[in-house]
Amino acid sequence: MIFLQQVVNGLMLGCTYALVALGYTLIFGLLRLIHMAHGEVLMIGAYTALVIIGYFHGNLLLAMIGTMMVTAVLGIAIYLASIRFVEKGGHLSPLVSTIGVAIILQEIFSKLFTGEKIAFPATLAVKNIQLGGITFSTVQLFIIVFSLACMFALFRVLKGTMIGKCIRAVSENMDTARLLGVPVFLVVAATFGIASVLAGIAGVLVGIAYHSIYPLMGIEIGLKGLAIIIIGGMGNVVGAMVSGLLVGIMEIFSVAYISSSYKDAFTFGLMVLILIWKPEGLFGRATDQKV
Amino acid sequence: MINPYTESILIFVGINVILAYSFYIPMTTNQISGGQGAFMGIGAYVSAVLTVNFHLPFAAALAASGIAAGLIGAVVGFPALRIRGLYLVIMTLGFAEVVRVFFMTNEYFGGAYGFSGIEELTNLSNVYVVLAMVVFLLFRMERSHLGRAFQAIRENEIAGETLGINITRYKVIAFALGATTAGLGGALYAHYALFIDSNNFGFHRSIEMVIFAVFGGITSLWGPLAGAAILTVIPEFLRFIQEWRMVFYGLMMVLLMTFRPQGLLTKGMFRRSGPEG
Repeated sequence: MIFLQQVVNGLMLGCTYALVALGYTLIFGLLRLIHMAHGEVLMIGAYTALVIIGYFHGNLLLAMIGTMMVTAVLGIAIYLASIRFVEKGGHLSPLVSTIGVAIILQEIFSKLFTGEKIAFPATLAVKNIQLGGITFSTVQLFIIVFSLACMFALFRVLKGTMIGKCIRAVSENMDTARLLGVPVFLVVAATFGIASVLAGIAGVLVGIAYHSIYPLMGIEIGLKGLAIIIIGGMGNVVGAMVSGLLVGIMEIFSVAYISSSYKDAFTFGLMVLILIWKPEGLFGRATDQKV
Repeated sequence: MINPYTESILIFVGINVILAYSFYIPMTTNQISGGQGAFMGIGAYVSAVLTVNFHLPFAAALAASGIAAGLIGAVVGFPALRIRGLYLVIMTLGFAEVVRVFFMTNEYFGGAYGFSGIEELTNLSNVYVVLAMVVFLLFRMERSHLGRAFQAIRENEIAGETLGINITRYKVIAFALGATTAGLGGALYAHYALFIDSNNFGFHRSIEMVIFAVFGGITSLWGPLAGAAILTVIPEFLRFIQEWRMVFYGLMMVLLMTFRPQGLLTKGMFRRSGPEG
């Protein structure tokens, strides 16, 4: 029973990881670059919700909607400011420019809300639900159900809508998609919007789950997100989801059965093993390096 | 004699230039490291432990910290061979995080309280002796077999391999040399800061080295030197920037990548024969 209980706890952590990793993987799939300020989008999502709930006394629904709007705009703005005009400069340029954005955002939020952890207001009535020996709290249930719903929605968008089709076309081959009349710029901007909304939601969920947020939270969760997309295969949507959940469960198990200080080492260790043994990721297909 | 304030700036310039080179050296074989802060940390902790707990002379501790960081660099660099480009960036970022957590939780290294009681052994002369050695070796290397192999790998890895260059060997060498340099910088830093804790060597430190090198330009040997020196000295003159230093760095990174991604200095810039060299 304790085992199942830990699985539930791990799922809760894994859901937020998966949402972050999905954003990374969508953007990587399109532009073959890592958006290093993605973790900061998550951080700002969490602070947006904090402001809406704490200062304007809004409810959780309002906070969610507000966060999604703010992060969508923020994501597109980051794309325009730091990626749109540096894309062509190889690996290093977009990496450096998005790190620049990340630093600016961390610093601004440290000045606005202090660099310390601050409490995230409790918005959900915490009740424990017993189910065959496992105890769920309403918070856990909400986080798991809500993130799974988001992931399902993303799937529907990617598979069943025109914009989803365009995203898939661009990630398959940008030049061909452009030749066929796909408005590549709009598709990329929309993808940044979608990815950032997912990160924003993850930020709110992290706030709800751990009751505190801080300006550098994006680095830690962002690095985990990066490890997860490597484990799942860069650019692979299903891979990001499944390995997000897997990593969450693995971390909770390592805390419960081994030691809390080495949970990060487990995740990054798994990442290195995957890189050595199966660099295309658990769910990826191997491709040869082209000249 | 120079006053202590100028001296401390000059020491930090020296240390930062050394650190900037630690990012530059792997970069000469197209290896982008996002975790040089970890190697700096390894050097700092190793030298601190050796001088404080084992009472070794500073020169020996300095050498040991370079060797330790270099060996660990070789181990990290080895799988990195199969891992190129962005994969390497993520791997080194992850490695740095693991190292940071290790120093934070390991009681022998002071754990979360950090490591204190380090003697002040770093001074102007030893910083600049180390720096001069690094620059001299890099300068000699550029025209050696090793340097040319690095350059071939940078220009085109596959073409280099078809010409018989052992990519595996040279990439590990470059990565380990970068780690060694970071380790030396870390040792010098530890014996000047006198107190170190794991957060000194985290994500921000690694990124700072990237900024120094990229700002100066990573195609030229003098780029990292210029970048680190300018970015260390400027905030001292613009006191009002000090508080917003990181925002200033961030803005500069975005603008630089947009308008001059090659950095301040480029290869062959000072040669009369034109930019190709």
